[in-house]
Amino acid sequence: MMQFMLLFSRQGKLRLQKWYVAHPDKLKKKITRELITTVLARKPKMCSFLEWKDVKVVYKRYASLYFCCAMEQEDNELLTLELIHRYVELLDKYFGSVCELDIIFNFEKAYFILDELVLGGELQETSKKNVLKAIAAQDLLQEEETPQGFFEDHGLG
Amino acid sequence: MPAVRGDGMRGLAVFISDIRNCKSKEAEIKRINKELANIRSKFKGDKTLDGYQKKKYVCKLLFIFLLGHDIDFGHMEAVNLLSSNKYSEKQIGYLFISVLVNTNSDLIKLIIQSIKNDLQSRNPIHVNLALQCIANIGSKDMAEAFGTEIPKLLVSGDTTDPVKQSAALCLLRLFRKSPEIIPGGEWTSRIIHLLNDSHMGVVTAATSLIDALVKKNPEEYKGCVTLAVARLSRIVTASYTDLQDYTYYFVPAPWLSVKLLRLLQNYTPPSEEPGVRGRLSECLETIFNKAQEPPKSKKVQHSNAKNAVLFEAISLIIHNDSEPNLLVRACNQLGQFLSNRETNLRYLALESMCHLATSEFSHEAVKKHQEVVILSMKMEKDVSVRQQAVDLLYAMCDKTNAEEIVQEMLAYLETADYSIREEMVLKVAILAEKYATDFTWYVDVILNLIRIAGDYVSEEVWYRVIQIVINREEVQGYAAKTVFEALQAPTCHENMVKVGGYILGEFGNLIAGDTRSSPQVQFELLHSKYHLCSAATRALLLSTYIKLVNLFPEIKNRVQEVFRADSNLRSADVELQQRASEYLQLSIVASADVLATVLEEMPAFPERESSILAVLKKKKPGRIPDEIRDSKSPQPPVAPAAIVNSGNNTNNTSTDLLGLATPPGTTTITTGNGLLDVLGDLYTAPKISPSTVQQNNIKKFLFKNNGVLFENDLIQIGVKSEFRQNLGRIGLFYGNKTQFAIQNVHPELHWTDLHKLNVQMKPMEPILEAGAQIQQMLTAECIEDFTDAPSMSVSFVYNNVPQKITMKLPLTLNKFFEPTEMNGESFFARWKNLGGEQQRAQKIFKAQGAIDISATRSKLSGFGMQLLDGIDPNPDNFVCAGIVHTRVQQVGCLMRLEPNKQAQMFRLTVRSSKETVSQEICNLLADQF
Repeated sequence: MMQFMLLFSRQGKLRLQKWYVAHPDKLKKKITRELITTVLARKPKMCSFLEWKDVKVVYKRYASLYFCCAMEQEDNELLTLELIHRYVELLDKYFGSVCELDIIFNFEKAYFILDELVLGGELQETSKKNVLKAIAAQDLLQEEETPQGFFEDHGLG
Repeated sequence: MPAVRGDGMRGLAVFISDIRNCKSKEAEIKRINKELANIRSKFKGDKTLDGYQKKKYVCKLLFIFLLGHDIDFGHMEAVNLLSSNKYSEKQIGYLFISVLVNTNSDLIKLIIQSIKNDLQSRNPIHVNLALQCIANIGSKDMAEAFGTEIPKLLVSGDTTDPVKQSAALCLLRLFRKSPEIIPGGEWTSRIIHLLNDSHMGVVTAATSLIDALVKKNPEEYKGCVTLAVARLSRIVTASYTDLQDYTYYFVPAPWLSVKLLRLLQNYTPPSEEPGVRGRLSECLETIFNKAQEPPKSKKVQHSNAKNAVLFEAISLIIHNDSEPNLLVRACNQLGQFLSNRETNLRYLALESMCHLATSEFSHEAVKKHQEVVILSMKMEKDVSVRQQAVDLLYAMCDKTNAEEIVQEMLAYLETADYSIREEMVLKVAILAEKYATDFTWYVDVILNLIRIAGDYVSEEVWYRVIQIVINREEVQGYAAKTVFEALQAPTCHENMVKVGGYILGEFGNLIAGDTRSSPQVQFELLHSKYHLCSAATRALLLSTYIKLVNLFPEIKNRVQEVFRADSNLRSADVELQQRASEYLQLSIVASADVLATVLEEMPAFPERESSILAVLKKKKPGRIPDEIRDSKSPQPPVAPAAIVNSGNNTNNTSTDLLGLATPPGTTTITTGNGLLDVLGDLYTAPKISPSTVQQNNIKKFLFKNNGVLFENDLIQIGVKSEFRQNLGRIGLFYGNKTQFAIQNVHPELHWTDLHKLNVQMKPMEPILEAGAQIQQMLTAECIEDFTDAPSMSVSFVYNNVPQKITMKLPLTLNKFFEPTEMNGESFFARWKNLGGEQQRAQKIFKAQGAIDISATRSKLSGFGMQLLDGIDPNPDNFVCAGIVHTRVQQVGCLMRLEPNKQAQMFRLTVRSSKETVSQEICNLLADQF
């Protein structure tokens, strides 16, 4: 079971955090800070897995962004790596050649996509098609709504 | 600003841009505070906020939170969004709640109501949103509220596949919080049969749920094994086109495969159903075969997914630990990975091999890779990989390769990363101890450890080397010599001083013969380190000094000088002050004898599990492979010593010191080390010869009625008896001297004169608890005079070894004497009357030592006859009178004992009315003085 997933930049800025275990906010912040420091200190050729406290951390860097998952001892490291890859593929497909900025400006979408892939710390759907289909269905629901805020946002309301 | 997809919120995008344009942290905080104030006022004041506005502000709050700021308002607005009939607003409301609401919030009740509504929705997308929220929060309240709803969703025919997937994982999340929510009965089978579902996504989600349920209740869900194997078989034999989008980079359903392989690791191999077992073996073979095929893609995703399945298959093979072929095959496969260019693969191969090393079937196969593993430890660029190599070396170590592995680990320790040094030190110490056949090697290793990595040598490690040296006489001289040499280094670690101090204090005498390590030299060498050491070490050294005074009186003055030094006698450290003054006084007032007693060599330590191992286990719970599983082992690698230990004795010097190889549940009894020799003797020395014991005792009991009848290391038998006329009562007291129960205690009597003496024995408890004493009563009746004292044999079982001891009971004819007072006149009258050949018995025997009249007198007084004073004209002669009581008659008996001091001889004369009595009494008394 995945305990949490963090996305952070090379500068150590957190871009996304998803927790599947209940921790107090203070502890979450502490873990995040420490883990980011630990991972950023590692050299490129090093192995993608590390024993860290009582979890197994699996991480991979895509361009400027680090994807980092904390797993339990018996979880499969290589497949966690591929889970990250699948998530990246989904983001890429959805945003069309995803970059860090897409995730910053559309963080809620990044969450929605993750929720379709992983639920309660367990993998829910591995098919890329099916996930994208679910997201597309959500977007369709939105588009059917009247873009009520459009005029307000443009000062025309 | 990049394009915003879907129903974008321009205000949010502007705000995010603003934040990103902030030049400093302060500017960012200022901008955020401004926004927070704005949102707060909007939420408070303007009642006409519509859903879109609420959504936008809630989203901004979320963004601020994700930047690491605390958010203390907006929750109510988010909850309001949940009941919006616009999906986008609802979705943001749920997102905010998933990220920001903690499980014990007051809002939970409101949230639950909204979720309930959405679960009822006809739109599966709404249902999914609700399920995702439940899974994200997963509180107890939610388990209570939805515990009946969700299982229905999971198995209902109306539910869409995506909802089923969410329902399965949602249920899993709630089950982890409140296990009772899973319905039993018919549900079990319906849940298990999800493994047969046609939708791979449903199977994937359901497998996670079933895995958790199985962990809780393996028996109930046992049916899943067959289904899981069948499913796995279909996947691994599928071509990569069969599974369409569930094929990942040419690997069919890797995630589901891994989950199924994990699920199977909850059970022992399915032996009841040979078909299932065979099918599973086929699957595993297929996975291995595929690993050998040329890759279908050069992408790392392909090899990762393929190898992920392979590693999980290997985990299952290790878990089952029943198929030697597969285990060895796994080992060879992993061996190939050890030199793969992917660091990740090397890391995982080392880790997995560590488990293989603990299986008896693959232990030898793992050992073939020793050289590569040593290279990994030395050459890998990544410390986590080096750590894995160290772990593997530790796991693959046995008697045959211990010296080499320990040597390599020691060599590597010099340059090892600080982060793994302490653990390595522990591992080296344990291996050296566990596999030492020659304890001089062990001592060398530990001293090297201290030399190389002294800072990382914990207390436990140096305590342990001292325990071992003290317990093993053969290594003491060597240890003294070696520490002495080590201490000569210009700088040496304080731990070395501690070990050196302790060992020279105990065994310095063993090397004192050599002028290069004479007492003076030893002392000055130790003392040259004194001023560099901490107070604790100094305290230890002071004890060493006083011990040296005992060993070498010639350095007493010099040592006293040190004790007297202001820095010690008036040390600010109260412990040092006390030791200095007490040791000084001791050296002044105590005689050599007293000193020798007080400062005697330390007794051996009780054998126990190495404290070092305990530390290592604590450091890495679950990561220290226990002993090789040898239950089914035809040839357990380390067991022989242990078997010898718990069974019969040998003088095996390579006994497993850690006691690790001893099967659990039996107490380790290590023989030949002087620690538990109480028991050890039992096996080694033959039973203490009962005949001698009996001889001594039985003669002793001629003159007294109470005392210890028999004693060895296990048992003591005491006796207390009293006699009146021809009757006697004898109490026997069986005492268990050991720490363990003595069982099946069974005493038996044998004597030939059955018609002359009647002895009855009361039954007794057959179990004699550790340290306990139980009593047994015997009654005796003398029917006629007898010569043969009954013998008693006691059989019992101790530590599964049957024992038998035999002894004579202190039942002799003299016990039935009634002393008779008489004057000289009647004595001589009777003496003359009993002058017939048939009535007299006489013996002349040599005195046992110098004749001591008073000792003879006191001894004789316990015999049972009346000592008559002033009757014999020679005051040195003894005359006695008594009546032997038997059931059939009373026999009067007179006795005269005449010592001849010059000749160191005695003449003993007994007269009675019955020849046999005279003979017997004479025989009993002869040679006793």
